[in-house]
Amino acid sequence: MESEPILRPSTLEAGQVLDGFKLEERTHQGGMAHLWRVTYAESPSRAEAEPPAAGATPMTPVPMIMKVPRIKGGEDPATIVGFEVEQMIMPALSGPHVPKFIAKGDFTRQPYIVMESIQGASLKARFDLAPLPVNEVVEIGWKVATALHELHRQHVVHLDVKPSNIMFRATGEAVLIDFGLSRHDQLPDLLEEEFELPMGTGPYMSPEQIQFIRNDPRSDLFALGVMLYHLVTGERPFGAPTSVSGLRQRLFRDAVAPRTLRPDCPPWLQEVILRCLEVKPERRHQTAAQLAFELQNPDQVVLTERAERVAGTSTLNVVKRWFATLGTEEKEGVSAADQTVKSPILLAAVDVTNAEPALLEAVRHTVQRLLQTEPGARLACLAVMKTNRIGMDELVEADGSSKHVNMLVQLKHWARPAVQALAFGHKDGLQAGRVTFHVLEAPDAANAITDYARKNQVDHIVMGARSSGGLRRYLGSVSAQVVSESACSVTVVRAVSSRD
Amino acid sequence: MKLAILTDLHANREAVTAVMAHARSHRAERYAFLGDFVGYGADPGWVVDLVREHVAGGAVAVMGNHDQAVFQGPLPTMIPEARQVVEWTRAQLNSKQLDFLASLPMSVIDRDMLFVHANAWAPKEWAYITSRMDAVRSLYATDARYTFCGHMHLPMLYHLTSTGKTGDFTPSQGVAIPLSEQRRWLVVPGSAGQPRDGNPAACYAMFDTASATLAFHRVPYDLDAAGAKIIAAGLPLRLAQRLAYGE
Repeated sequence: MESEPILRPSTLEAGQVLDGFKLEERTHQGGMAHLWRVTYAESPSRAEAEPPAAGATPMTPVPMIMKVPRIKGGEDPATIVGFEVEQMIMPALSGPHVPKFIAKGDFTRQPYIVMESIQGASLKARFDLAPLPVNEVVEIGWKVATALHELHRQHVVHLDVKPSNIMFRATGEAVLIDFGLSRHDQLPDLLEEEFELPMGTGPYMSPEQIQFIRNDPRSDLFALGVMLYHLVTGERPFGAPTSVSGLRQRLFRDAVAPRTLRPDCPPWLQEVILRCLEVKPERRHQTAAQLAFELQNPDQVVLTERAERVAGTSTLNVVKRWFATLGTEEKEGVSAADQTVKSPILLAAVDVTNAEPALLEAVRHTVQRLLQTEPGARLACLAVMKTNRIGMDELVEADGSSKHVNMLVQLKHWARPAVQALAFGHKDGLQAGRVTFHVLEAPDAANAITDYARKNQVDHIVMGARSSGGLRRYLGSVSAQVVSESACSVTVVRAVSSRD
Repeated sequence: MKLAILTDLHANREAVTAVMAHARSHRAERYAFLGDFVGYGADPGWVVDLVREHVAGGAVAVMGNHDQAVFQGPLPTMIPEARQVVEWTRAQLNSKQLDFLASLPMSVIDRDMLFVHANAWAPKEWAYITSRMDAVRSLYATDARYTFCGHMHLPMLYHLTSTGKTGDFTPSQGVAIPLSEQRRWLVVPGSAGQPRDGNPAACYAMFDTASATLAFHRVPYDLDAAGAKIIAAGLPLRLAQRLAYGE
């Protein structure tokens, strides 16, 4: 192996074997890299060598691609550094929202990355058909936001979110690809000095990226906002500028409001998209999970002036904003993972109809304490309305009022003292949208709670424990089931007075 | 091969004991000691013996300015408290230990790795690497792909491309960093015996030569005991206090 000659990408041919990978066919020829479909030259797994045990599922080998950078005679160090970054970051990533990393090849011989091949087309194909139905845009939005949150939690800001870098698994999850411009907050930034021009793709680049700031995960939310805008309206909010002065326009001028171009875009969606496109990252959603949450809970989006906006930006505001951009620098304490830790989603699962008053109060106190120590946190208050597994449910009370509405009223009543305590001392009252209310209808409370927490990327569940032994023995413990089945932290609260 | 790199041990027996135990539990197979084995702390003899035993077993060790001062006499540039410690330390060491310090090389090259206390451009002058510019100067002064140096007491990682682009990075504890073969690297593991970045836990680095990955580790140790010994030895009180604050 050591004596193998140095190979150049141009010399790679179908049928060739490189470090045990057989090059089957070249599937893509790009400006920066070529892609090859590859297989293991020799069967690597014993599962194939030995006959599978009766009844066992035969192991399906993961389809693989090899990405090989195009090195153009040394004139383009950016391509090489981008590939170096990707070789550094990909092995550090895991989960369904990224292609599985398999192997990498040394720059001293032949640089490559072998990774899982994600079947299907990128999101780019859908963009050619924009505008798309609102439902589809929203679904794409929350799937991509969910993937971005997972990436940010793994310390990485993507910094080149665009349709051609997003794929979907057959199971539905969005997969992010191409980490050549990404930044890992626990690894050196190899691109720091590399470029004289802003790094990214013109239409999608956030204002802070244009100002050479590379550590803010909210940059990816801006890019997602650009994509959602495009999918809803069929147009790009800031065009496709090619010059730096063209790029900088987005620092001073707002995009035309989506509803001006697409009148049936719901106000809540315009609110969400324009929030993503805010120039200052502090005014966007603070995490991708918070954005995904709004896209899945449209009735909980608090509408502001953004929802009804029609006009662009006045000349005076353009001038003001131009001055505001002078001297922008990377902020201390902003990084992909920090941002997700500082802005958690808290879920209070409250059995408003059955729990003892003392327990309800104890849960509320716990929630309040957590919110006070986490100024960036959001609280979702959740009650589960039990339905029958089979047959029709009574959805109205004896007096004709809706059970669902009554439960919501009780839930809001439960939360009021905590909400008031939080709003006290804030000059604008409680930050809009920080507390939301949800009533779910489900036969099994524990399943409903864990499902909701998983879909909304909840970080911490707070709930009460049934105090009376009899009921718990008879019905089982909802909290115990939530604790054992949830992926996030769960705090189970007891009312101290009942423990005698 | 997993190589543990310790520097600026400064006669801190408690810290060095904790670091060596951590390195062993992380399967270190080889050791490099980048100088300043003595000075500031109360256990110079114990630390010199430990380094000496490891060198006999194949470890790398290079000379630091405090080691030189102890067998040569204090330098005129030394601050008074350092000068006092140098004289006290000299009195603690036997001739074998002093001879060992005097015999240390200024730098060692092992394959693609350079080990040196202060910098690569003039190891005997003890200039500090405090910026990217200094790091680049050092990286241009050697052909080695990896430079390991101490002297700074702050963990730091610098890199340089063939096109002259550079970067610096303050490492996160325990994260494995792949060191790309596309650039050259300068590694400052931080001080084992007297950290100065505000975190009192002892520093060292572990380099896996097979996978070219580097991890900076922080190891808590009994700094109260180390401080008490400094006070009991009659050394300046501030030397005990600064261990507690990591400054």
